[in-house]
Amino acid sequence: MSFTPEHELHKRRLGRNIGLGLSLLAFVVIVFGMTIVKVSREPHPTAAKPAVTAPAQGTQP
Amino acid sequence: MSDIRVYEQGGEAGFGDYVQLLKPRVMSLVVFTALVGLLVAPVPVHPFIAFTSILFIALGGGASGALNMWWDADIDAKMRRTRGRPVPAGSVAADEALALGVGLTVISVAMLALSANFVAAGLLAFTIFFYVVIYTIWLKRTTPQNIVIGGAAGAFPPMIGWACATGGISIESVLMFALIFMWTPPHFWSLALFMKDDYSNAGVPMLTVTHGRKATRRHILVYTILLAPVALGAGFTSIGGPVYLASSVVLNAIFLKGARDIWRRDEAQAEADKYAVEKRVFRFSLLYLFLHFGALLAEAVLHAYGLGAW
Repeated sequence: MSFTPEHELHKRRLGRNIGLGLSLLAFVVIVFGMTIVKVSREPHPTAAKPAVTAPAQGTQP
Repeated sequence: MSDIRVYEQGGEAGFGDYVQLLKPRVMSLVVFTALVGLLVAPVPVHPFIAFTSILFIALGGGASGALNMWWDADIDAKMRRTRGRPVPAGSVAADEALALGVGLTVISVAMLALSANFVAAGLLAFTIFFYVVIYTIWLKRTTPQNIVIGGAAGAFPPMIGWACATGGISIESVLMFALIFMWTPPHFWSLALFMKDDYSNAGVPMLTVTHGRKATRRHILVYTILLAPVALGAGFTSIGGPVYLASSVVLNAIFLKGARDIWRRDEAQAEADKYAVEKRVFRFSLLYLFLHFGALLAEAVLHAYGLGAW
């Protein structure tokens, strides 16, 4: 005796799971894309700091 | 001996039902006006950041739609226009709508802060709060001015789009806000005039129910008159220009004529032609808003080529 597991309910669940999977995939792509754009446009905070200058003479103990 | 289990098979939601919770038609208006707000701003935005910002604004709009459907499921079930929505139709449970709304609110606000800036994210959070708590939960069922107040929530998207680009608020973004804010009452009240049974059946204190239809007709005219200077005023700012102003003059003249026609009619006349004028004005009001923002976009394109500006 064989059972047919495919029911309209299963199709709906499959559609929901595929939809959720694609949404999560899109979210990952968006976060990745945003990261690439932000990193390539904004200099890293440490890179923006001015060069360390030598301490003035006479201030050393 | 084997057990036979019977599962409840009705009411299982498909992916489309969750999409319907986000009110995709309202979302399209949010996307369009927010996009215009972002594109007419004087600060250029990276195309990918613009795309993600608009996406998260739309998602925030969708979140407020889901929260609205969670809270309003009882009155949605009573209205012809809304009884097919996922919660009253039984395909999505009310607490699922709440969970989706809260989840998307957190995601959209946090991601907009990362994508654009904290001003835009703060405005989005305030918009969702305003629409869900102030309008849906508090004022919608208590005052006939609900439409006026609710209109504010729908008016924020261009302001958020502008804030995404500039990181602030200015006269231009306030005027875009005011344009939608002033447009909402005549738009919805003309709808309420010919969907009369819906709101009274649901017990929503629409102006048509509490103050009568004659007062509603007068209110439509007054708000349309007040709308005109706001719409024209935007034409004299940095986002305006001759194309916008010429379009605005024509559109406001048509809208004012429609509002006057509604005001001059009584119920007998309206019943006789099955609310033809009210339906015409309602349809035109959609075009009115779309063309105003379209004209702003056209001005931005012309500005880019050194044309159009004052």
